[in-house]
Amino acid sequence: MNAAPTGKSGAAGDGLNDGSREPTVDREAWESVIGLEIHVQLSTQTKMFCGCTVTFGDPPNTHVCPVCLGHPGVLPVCNERAIEYATRIALALDCRIAERTVFHRKNYFYPDLPKAYQISQYDQPLGLGGHLDVELEDGSRFTVGITRAHMEEDAGKLVHAGGASGRIDGADYSLVDFNRGGIPLVEIVTEPDLRTPDQARVFLVQLRSLLQQLGVSDVNMEEGSLRCDANVSIRRPGDPFGTKTELKNMNSFRFLQRGLEAEIERQIDTLEAGETVVQQTVHFDPASGAVSALRSKEEAHDYRYFPEPDLTPIELDAEYVERVRESLPELPAARKERLMEQYSLPAKDAAALAGNKPLGDYFEELAAASGDARTAANWVLGDLSAYLNTSGVEVADCPVKVAPLAELLGLVDDGTLSGKMAKEVFETMASTGKDAKTIVAEEGLGQISDLGELETIVVRIVAANPGPAEEFRQGREKVLGFFVGQVMKETQGQANPQIVNDLLRKQLGASGV
Amino acid sequence: MSAAGGGAALDVTTLTAYRCRELLARGDVSATELTRAYLDRIAAVDEQVQAFLRVDESGAMAAAAAVDAKPRSGRQPWEGVPIGLKDIFCVKGVETTCASRILKDYIPPYDATIIAKLRTAGLIFLGKLNMDEFAMGSSTENSAFHTTRNPWDFDRVPGGSSGGSAACVAASEAPWALGTDTGGSIRQPASLCGVVGLRPTYGAVSRYGVIAFASSLDQVGTLTRDVRDAAALLDLIAGRDAMDCTSTGLSEPAGTPGRADLRGLRFGVIEEYMGEACRSGVREVFDAAVDSISALGGVCEVVSLPSVERGVAAYYLIAASEAGSNLARFDGVRYGHRTEHSEDLYEMYVRTRSEGFGPEVKRRIMIGAYALSAGYYDAYYAQAQRARTLIIQDFARAFERFDFLISPTSPTVAFEIGERAADPLAMYLSDLCTVPVSLAALPGISIPAGFSAGLPVGFQIIGPHFSERGLLNVAYALEQSLDVNTVAPLAETAG
Repeated sequence: MNAAPTGKSGAAGDGLNDGSREPTVDREAWESVIGLEIHVQLSTQTKMFCGCTVTFGDPPNTHVCPVCLGHPGVLPVCNERAIEYATRIALALDCRIAERTVFHRKNYFYPDLPKAYQISQYDQPLGLGGHLDVELEDGSRFTVGITRAHMEEDAGKLVHAGGASGRIDGADYSLVDFNRGGIPLVEIVTEPDLRTPDQARVFLVQLRSLLQQLGVSDVNMEEGSLRCDANVSIRRPGDPFGTKTELKNMNSFRFLQRGLEAEIERQIDTLEAGETVVQQTVHFDPASGAVSALRSKEEAHDYRYFPEPDLTPIELDAEYVERVRESLPELPAARKERLMEQYSLPAKDAAALAGNKPLGDYFEELAAASGDARTAANWVLGDLSAYLNTSGVEVADCPVKVAPLAELLGLVDDGTLSGKMAKEVFETMASTGKDAKTIVAEEGLGQISDLGELETIVVRIVAANPGPAEEFRQGREKVLGFFVGQVMKETQGQANPQIVNDLLRKQLGASGV
Repeated sequence: MSAAGGGAALDVTTLTAYRCRELLARGDVSATELTRAYLDRIAAVDEQVQAFLRVDESGAMAAAAAVDAKPRSGRQPWEGVPIGLKDIFCVKGVETTCASRILKDYIPPYDATIIAKLRTAGLIFLGKLNMDEFAMGSSTENSAFHTTRNPWDFDRVPGGSSGGSAACVAASEAPWALGTDTGGSIRQPASLCGVVGLRPTYGAVSRYGVIAFASSLDQVGTLTRDVRDAAALLDLIAGRDAMDCTSTGLSEPAGTPGRADLRGLRFGVIEEYMGEACRSGVREVFDAAVDSISALGGVCEVVSLPSVERGVAAYYLIAASEAGSNLARFDGVRYGHRTEHSEDLYEMYVRTRSEGFGPEVKRRIMIGAYALSAGYYDAYYAQAQRARTLIIQDFARAFERFDFLISPTSPTVAFEIGERAADPLAMYLSDLCTVPVSLAALPGISIPAGFSAGLPVGFQIIGPHFSERGLLNVAYALEQSLDVNTVAPLAETAG
């Protein structure tokens, strides 16, 4: 693995990462147990409990009001859209929706938490007991239990100036941006059903895709609208759970996997050395690949949860839940089945398209516009995806829209362009924004398929080369290549090769009679 | 002489808010003259009463001048009538401290909903009134700034926590005032100061912008000279508020109480409050008021509500738990006091809060933290909530038999300053008769019923949820029958 930290440090079991390991350790003898806690920022227009606009990247403290700044005397009022979004998430994860759900106060002091309590949910969350079926890249499937999905508000964002740690201790000063404070969150907690860092990553990828399809969040890990904490422990298979540690704020799929790998390695080393794993929060540094413990003082919390008296319990009747359920878009698993059925796509292609909503939508529009689903799938998963991945452009911002691409596919279908030429035209479309026909005309790329035009050229060339023509008639098939080359030369490579072949055979045969 | 007096000093001790409204409507006085008269009264007596934390003379005079600039025909009914405000209400641009050092110099960036309503109605804000710090107390002795005196005897407390509001009305420093009642903080000081104090049903009035003590109990209410003023002020502040999702408003406006008799009404005398906790002087005044009810045609019978004896214990656990959480926001990060001496975040929190909060507030924060902490939650907070449920059920059962319940408001008359300050438990028992009403979210009113050794005695009437209209009519009928003087003889006492 690539995250192996180096250097011996500190006493073992003190939570510091200790990279040195005995070559004799049998890592396969350990099984890891992983559960995730995912925070999803909802893409509502306004915050959870006030009217401030939900934004990202605006100047600090420009979307704040007395309520989200926790001024004396303010009261929260629940955002109905946030409840609807949270219900969507809980339903998509197959959770039971509580008929009556209650907000609690989670009390702790921190400068990014203006009221010194977070309005969250405790023993009566919105959704309980769901699951998500996940498919690995090799097609194997596993199910991850969802313990709960609950609503809460986000905290503000701290910026620490000075100090080496990048944390509040040791900073020269710290600044707080409350634009994020009060943005609605849904926290999804999984059962400890994941067994490998790879499974954890794939689960998160597929959960993200699900959330994206629900249209409830931007699910952007870099911007923090999707955040993931992981609880991990190791054990000998069949043993009870070991002591877990918590990895905080894994802000990319790759870091989640690497962080888990590093932490599992550390735990194995710790136990193999005869020491014990301490329950604590560990921090993964993507730059060094090492894990380190946060100071345990920061986690000695008794949150003193109690029901939020400023908010009335939310009653969600069956009618409401049904209405939300009916409004759910097609979810990835169902879409994959439908894509296979409707377009006769192979499972792998259908899964890839179903797992990425914008790409899947693009495909379906292209299939409709071009009338050739297989070719459309090949293009969307091939050239289009390659372009998007290389350029880092989102599907929505792709310069090649569905209609122009359908037109390009039409040019291949009618023989105007070869497949190879079409790829080049696509590149030009993407870089210039021009449509295919314009590019073909400007660059003189059209494949000559006009029988009359090609026949004239073929007749002329055969007539001009009586020697090779005779050789062909004697049975030297190879000479045909010479003639094809001559025609291509004449047409600057734009002749349809199949038609040229047919015409040459006909002409060479005819002139021999 | 005419109250207007053409430049002669206006005798504000004779005025109710209704009377102010009449004088203004007739043009007998201008809003400026009326406001000036109250400011002069404050200047004359508040050095002794100390009801106000801050008098906003310039703001009040400017607002009065703005009213006078309008033609009388274009004014709203209560436009130009002054009012005093407990320092717990956020008033945009006006220092609001909740009588705490931790909020000294805090200027709210917004108006409480009720303040916005009164502003729209054209009332003149005279200033901010003293209270126990964060409304925790029954005497105003817990104010970080000073203790308010009882206008009937300057050596005695005015009650609390809305002691400044009650004293200012009793001393005629304002025709009426707003207070808040969590466990009795309007009714008890009203009782001790000989004025009318109304706590509406929980939810009748918005709490938005009211600095929270205990969210499930806090309710805004009125301190007035008489019952009609209480009804009028309630109608000005009541209503559902989109900013407070626990608010519901009233089911019907209180209107103008005018009931003359109590025929056909059944009154339950709460047995648990008739025991030895009720001092003899108080008991006699109470009994006389019960006789008046009977004379007005009402039927009085004793009723037992056994669970109310759990009220004080349940109240102090629930209120402290909510308070500990509500007051956690005063951390020195964004506003209010911040210690000047701290090396790190933790020390900043500890010192800021140690310096900013007074001893009673600290005591309740600690009780609250304890009651909610892991391992104790069930034994304390959850148990207190169960007791609260029993109290709610007892009241509900009683209201099946009775239209209203009655009791003394406070077991005693005003006690001496310092008498209970060192004994929190004795202080907590001041709320014995008022706390269960708060726990059950019911409306209750205290009206002056007479005197014991020259000190006012209050009479509490409790109604079912949202029965304010009926409650105020009953209180009005009894008030007319009892005809108790509500003007504290300040001049004589003050010498």
